[in-house]
Amino acid sequence: MKTFKPLSVALVGLFAVGFASSASAEAITVVSWGGAYTKSQINAYHKPWEAKTGNKVNSEDYNGGLAEVRAQVEAGNVTWDAVDVELSDAIRGCDEGILEPLPLDELPAGADGSKAADDFIGGTLTECAVGEIVWSTVFAFDKTKMKKTPTSIKDLFDTKNFPGKRGLRKTPRVNLEWALMADGVATADVYKVLSTPEGVNRAFAKLDTIKGEVIWWEAGAQPPQMLADGEVVISSAYNGRLFNAIMVEKKPFDIVWDGQVWDIDLWVVPKGSKNFKTTWDFIKFSTDTQRLADQAKFISYGPVRKSSFPKVQKKMQPHMPTAPVNFKNPLQNDYEFWADNGDELTERFNAWLAG
Amino acid sequence: MSNLPPYAGPAERTWYYTYRLICAAIFVFLIAPIIVMVPLSFNAEPYFTFRPEMLALNPDAFSMRWYQDIIDNRQWLFSMKNSFIIGIAATLLATTLGTLAALGLSRPDMPYKGVIMGILISPMIVPLIITAAGLFFFYSRFGLSQTFVGIIMAHTALGTPFVVITVTATLSGFDTSLIRASAGLGASQTRTFFKVIMPLISPGVISGGLFAFVTSFDEVVVVLFLSGFEQRTIPRQMWAGIREQISPTILAVATILVCISIALLTVVELLRRRSERLRGISPG
Amino acid sequence: MAVVSDGAGMLRTADGVPLKQALARATRVNKIKAFLLVAPLLVFILITFIVPILDMMTRSVSSPEVVDALPKTIAELVKWDGTDLPPEAAFAAMAAEMSDKKNKFYLGKAAARLNFQKSGFRSLFNKSQRKIKRVKQGPFKDAFAKIDKRWAQSATWNIIRNASGRYTDVHYLNAIDMNRDPAGEIAAQPKIKRIYVTLFERTIYVSFGVTILCLILAYPISYLLATLPLKTSNLLMILVLLPFWTSLLVRTTAWIVLLQANGVLNDLFVFFGIVNDENRIRMIYNMTGSLIAMTHILMPFMVLPLYSVMKTISPTYMRAARSLGANPFTAFVRVYMPQTVPGIGAGSILVFILAIGYYITPALVGGQSGQLISNLIEYHMKKSLNWGLAAALGGLLLIGILVLYWLYNRIVGIDKMKFG
Repeated sequence: MKTFKPLSVALVGLFAVGFASSASAEAITVVSWGGAYTKSQINAYHKPWEAKTGNKVNSEDYNGGLAEVRAQVEAGNVTWDAVDVELSDAIRGCDEGILEPLPLDELPAGADGSKAADDFIGGTLTECAVGEIVWSTVFAFDKTKMKKTPTSIKDLFDTKNFPGKRGLRKTPRVNLEWALMADGVATADVYKVLSTPEGVNRAFAKLDTIKGEVIWWEAGAQPPQMLADGEVVISSAYNGRLFNAIMVEKKPFDIVWDGQVWDIDLWVVPKGSKNFKTTWDFIKFSTDTQRLADQAKFISYGPVRKSSFPKVQKKMQPHMPTAPVNFKNPLQNDYEFWADNGDELTERFNAWLAG
Repeated sequence: MSNLPPYAGPAERTWYYTYRLICAAIFVFLIAPIIVMVPLSFNAEPYFTFRPEMLALNPDAFSMRWYQDIIDNRQWLFSMKNSFIIGIAATLLATTLGTLAALGLSRPDMPYKGVIMGILISPMIVPLIITAAGLFFFYSRFGLSQTFVGIIMAHTALGTPFVVITVTATLSGFDTSLIRASAGLGASQTRTFFKVIMPLISPGVISGGLFAFVTSFDEVVVVLFLSGFEQRTIPRQMWAGIREQISPTILAVATILVCISIALLTVVELLRRRSERLRGISPG
Repeated sequence: MAVVSDGAGMLRTADGVPLKQALARATRVNKIKAFLLVAPLLVFILITFIVPILDMMTRSVSSPEVVDALPKTIAELVKWDGTDLPPEAAFAAMAAEMSDKKNKFYLGKAAARLNFQKSGFRSLFNKSQRKIKRVKQGPFKDAFAKIDKRWAQSATWNIIRNASGRYTDVHYLNAIDMNRDPAGEIAAQPKIKRIYVTLFERTIYVSFGVTILCLILAYPISYLLATLPLKTSNLLMILVLLPFWTSLLVRTTAWIVLLQANGVLNDLFVFFGIVNDENRIRMIYNMTGSLIAMTHILMPFMVLPLYSVMKTISPTYMRAARSLGANPFTAFVRVYMPQTVPGIGAGSILVFILAIGYYITPALVGGQSGQLISNLIEYHMKKSLNWGLAAALGGLLLIGILVLYWLYNRIVGIDKMKFG
């Protein structure tokens, strides 16, 4: 087949070019949650750091969890350098020894001169992780589709007064806590009740009452999309994503802060990262006072450094989860509880979903 | 039932037209979803619904913005390049290995034919999720996960069954006396292979290769497990897009992919006709 | 090859080798040649495909985590009779192994493994590691009891002992909703935790449903394609082949566009007044969505074998039946359909095999009720990190598929498989 010769030569050429260009300059791979959140990090951390050091940041998205990290570490082929994780995963990964312990005393002091250890809010620095932001799971509704205005967590579970489909994250986390809060458990007692078998049953029983009305989401970018598409009229979501939809995309949504469950996101480094020094440099840079305050320009997640608070723009402050008006009935995600009971409750949650 | 026989009664007549209607509905079911996307990819608005302006064919309702979006977005072009690199490499490997194997399998003396054929076809049968999980562990251990080599190897394995099947099918209609004739006329084995065997089986080889290419080009499960940032392919990028938010950009990509499929389909059809002609079975 | 006959009547080739032997050698050479052609691919598939899958399957029975982390403790526990509490030696070994800094990585893995068995082991291990380091001398039994009262319960130690083997059946037991109680007896999981049997059943039902739907839809059009003149049928064939050649993700996206609440189909319904705007029909993110999309995606795999079988059935049989007095219906059912059974068999098994391992489509359009077993395998692979259970679920699925594959091979023959 003579006619195919030039073609195959061309293809081989293309192939060679592709390989050559794929093995290019030195870079670190930073993994985060995608969507508006990753965009805020690119703007606040990656771009200034690239400009300052000349290194390159490859930004990759994932949906949370430690599977890739663990597989890479066990295989001894670590290609991720910095990963943005939830606190319970940071603790768990550190316990399992798949994360690098970090030299926390090298973190730069705050802009006001306070030592890093004092500058970071309590609990946001751990053996293997450096905190970045405080974020919160809240729920929001479409103002154009709701006749009454939901105000409390009870309303999320009230299908009579607030009819329509609901969006919830496909995980027992937050949902079980909310179910108990809606069932009348005081915020302070939620994890105490949830530690008993009766409490778990009670939470599932409450979730049962809305099961038929729920559409489950997995990626953080989904709930604003589902609200916009009219798939749901009320949905749980990360507050930063909602901020983006409301303020940037001008969607007619409103946030209910009652019962917000807040948590922190942290940088971790998988054990055996090939670019540890560069990555650590990136982490130190991205968690300094200015960078954390900058990030709050692009998304409404609170910085974990106290010295960053005054630098956060005035117009952003009312959208922060930690703003006093929003922080009336908050619950902090109990990582110890979830590190222990996550497997079993998720198993039961999956069985409950499938049943 | 191609034509209604002249003796058909009224009941049969009614059934004849009902049946045609049912068939038409089924064809619509098959093709409609693919057709519907195409105009929506030219939607000027970021929605998935036909607006009255579109139905009125008002030119303002249409735009190329989502196609522009693909070109502007580094990510899409990057993943397209990766898809082609992986697809072409996997196809070349799969076609070479698969054709050799098919030549061996079609020999009357091939030992353990059934078992070997079973093993060679298995990548097509084993659920992708199991394949992906297995390769994930195994390739990670040898540093092959998140590399081009690893994904190309995986896609080669997934593509070879198609090559083996199509080439074996072509060889089943192959007249072996041609080889003897060639040898009798003094041609060497290599010469016989390139001058006699190859031209005859090339339609099968090429269509098998195209199947292998499409398999790789369309594969997402293994890529989800094995690819890193550098190896992101179009399906991987689409997967992320569908999970996160379905913007019409996805539809624009989908439309381009449909055009590629039509092109490939045409090639395969032409090859099939050529093969039939060569084998003396005229399609009429 | 010139053949000469010697005096004894034995046939020999020109160079004196007995013909039988020469032929045998020729056959052997041919066999080796044929095998050498196949060998590169065979080796390639074995290394890049079969071995990795077998390797993963070993994960479903191996459980080295606990014994790797606590070898000395386990050695002591094995001597224990399982009642009351283990001897002080076991506590002392545990204290030593927990205090060993180099052991941290393994202890973490062991705690994760035990936590799948019983919630709370993760924090129990962490807490105990932190505190036992400070205890310099025994009795360690009391020291452990002081750290947490669970160390003073025989159930805790029994769970550790039961998980101490290098090989285990617990993943397979979990995969069929069973477990071992602290005494080591096999018992069904509590009702609220049963899920996998339900999901296996659902996967089979859905695959079966999809197969039936494919058959119902594919049969009429295959018949039409087989009986129309070639020119027309080739044209119509494109309508079948185009979806076949179109990316799976594209087709899934297409169904999302069509079926979602504000999608094309619902808009049409509202436009024609079939439903009102408030009550748009839910056709996606549930079982319906999975069924529709999977049927659409797998239908070509039914049409192609049916068509190729129908193509070979001569129309004279039908005419003969008619002329012998059968009405069209009887003629079709009694004469035509039995001849299409091989096509039905081939298409059905193929569609069923492909459907049973489906992952992408249910994940994207299945919602909560449309999830299949593959989605759970992915969950345990990527989220819960319970790789043993993922491998066991995959193993069961694989066995089911291999049986069907074997059946397919027996009934149809793999070499009869064709595309396009």
